[in-house]
Amino acid sequence: MRNLVPFSLELTDAQTSVSFPARRPSLIAFVKEDCPTCREVMPVLGALREACGDELDCLVIGQDRGGNRMLMSKHGFSLLDDSSLKVSFAWDIETVPTLVRADAQGRFTSELIGFVRDEWKALAADVGAGDDTLEGRVDWSKLPAWRPGCGSKSADPIIADRLRAESENSPLRARKIEIGQYDDEFEFMFDQGFSDGLPLIPPTPERVIRMLAGTSRDPQDVVAEVPPNLGPATVEKVAINAVMAGCRPEYFPVVLAAIEAVCNEQYNIHGVMATTMGASPVLVINGPIRHRIGMNMKLGALGQGNRANATIGRAVRLAVRNIGGAKPGGTERSTLGNPMKFTMCFAEWEERSPWEPLHVERGFRAEQSVVTAYTASSGPALMVDQDSRTASQLAGSFGLALESIFATKAHYATDTLMVIVPEHVDTLKRDGYTKADIRRRIQAVSSRPISALLANDISATGFKAEFAVGKSEAELARLIPKFRRDEDIMIVVAGSEAGKFSGAFHGWATGAIGSVPVSKAIDPWM
Amino acid sequence: MTLILDPTDERVPVARQITPRPAELKGRVSFLDISKPRGNVLIDRIEELLRSKHPSVEVQRFAKPTFTKPAPDALRAEIRERSDFVIEALAD
Repeated sequence: MRNLVPFSLELTDAQTSVSFPARRPSLIAFVKEDCPTCREVMPVLGALREACGDELDCLVIGQDRGGNRMLMSKHGFSLLDDSSLKVSFAWDIETVPTLVRADAQGRFTSELIGFVRDEWKALAADVGAGDDTLEGRVDWSKLPAWRPGCGSKSADPIIADRLRAESENSPLRARKIEIGQYDDEFEFMFDQGFSDGLPLIPPTPERVIRMLAGTSRDPQDVVAEVPPNLGPATVEKVAINAVMAGCRPEYFPVVLAAIEAVCNEQYNIHGVMATTMGASPVLVINGPIRHRIGMNMKLGALGQGNRANATIGRAVRLAVRNIGGAKPGGTERSTLGNPMKFTMCFAEWEERSPWEPLHVERGFRAEQSVVTAYTASSGPALMVDQDSRTASQLAGSFGLALESIFATKAHYATDTLMVIVPEHVDTLKRDGYTKADIRRRIQAVSSRPISALLANDISATGFKAEFAVGKSEAELARLIPKFRRDEDIMIVVAGSEAGKFSGAFHGWATGAIGSVPVSKAIDPWM
Repeated sequence: MTLILDPTDERVPVARQITPRPAELKGRVSFLDISKPRGNVLIDRIEELLRSKHPSVEVQRFAKPTFTKPAPDALRAEIRERSDFVIEALAD
């Protein structure tokens, strides 16, 4: 049962329009010129039109103007012009030719799809154009017994997205912006302040519709309220920003889960953006989706060159900028800024790791896909050690390197996300080191007596000098490791097989006064 | 023309854009004199050039009561109603 939406179409090359329904039963044919079956049945349609008379409206609708003209000059009757494809789309035509019959009130009665000679012949007889009437005009024996027809132009995937975006029940609600004929769309988007400084993909309705196909969620579902303005991030608004960032629709669930993670109060995206320190989200992706969307977790995983890594991070950043209003000079006030503010997203190479992957450590099942949002103020800072051959030495090097975070004497100040590369993994694995062993070793080698962490003439960072007043020698000899808790050291595996250069992201203010890493499942956003 | 969707929370209006320009000059051209001294000299000269180069164009003149204030609503409506093109001359 087809829903026959009323329409008014103009004749091709004439100002006359024809409306449906018109208080008579009607026979409506959809054709396009580049379909061989349509060309073959045109003489039959011509004959039917003549036989239709006053009792029946017989309309032939063509799907492209140039093709309509060619058919008209060859067959000598006029076609209605549906080159905008609005009627074909509204009537849900999938195949041409399609012949629809409707009653006088415009209600669907029957249809023929493609060409089956006997069916068409029966229809011709039924509308009073039997063999006698069509005599000399249609030689049924010369027509094929069956032809499947062709795909309707309105069902072409690229065109259908545009038609869906423009249709009356379009799922899109965002404000539409017409970019003037003489404006450059790329310059326009810069001028409006939508950009992070790099060119954006114009978020046209058809591109946004395609992005929305990446999730089963309703476009008007609110993912989060994005600080600082607490702008509501609907699925649609996030999709617009994901289009601009260059995402493919299959990345979209990751972007949605990441928005949910960074807008979590514990993560505190407001503070992360507003701080004068150059903090920025780092997104780590775990689980099966890494492979499905082709993320990079190997050579150059933290660098450029992979579309998923690059655009997911960028989409999140653009959404925070555009929906939340965090812009440099406004509520974003980083002293130096940070290149990670453009994008920072990578996947863990779980298969290369002897340890539990990050998401499993954080309470998820291995088969779940998960995004973890961590806040880094700098990094990835390399921890270069090409010489250590034992796990204890290598983890010792990590501890010494990590002690430099913020300032060497700044202990208990922050957390870290370590990215251990395969060659280092092998050294640690050979000696049976667990993640807990790595953490313990880092804490051990970075431990310093309070007396060594006091502000002095070399540097006033660390404990204030007054802190030592009245303390016993034993108290001042108490050892303080770099990190307040072992779990402030997060560990993942990524990178190429060659090179003994692990990396560490240095944290920002951590705990309740700053940002706490937040993990969210991606699957609910699929 | 490209149509895009607004990526923001829509609290700020979109910056105004230039109205699409027609391909040819025909119909009614209106001159708006803002009533600042010697603005009319400029308009007279442009009108003269326009009449000689495009004799088929219909030319009209409007004037704001004073350059110190925006044009009254009624005048704006009238200009909009009666014009295909508007040339507004500033002065100084």
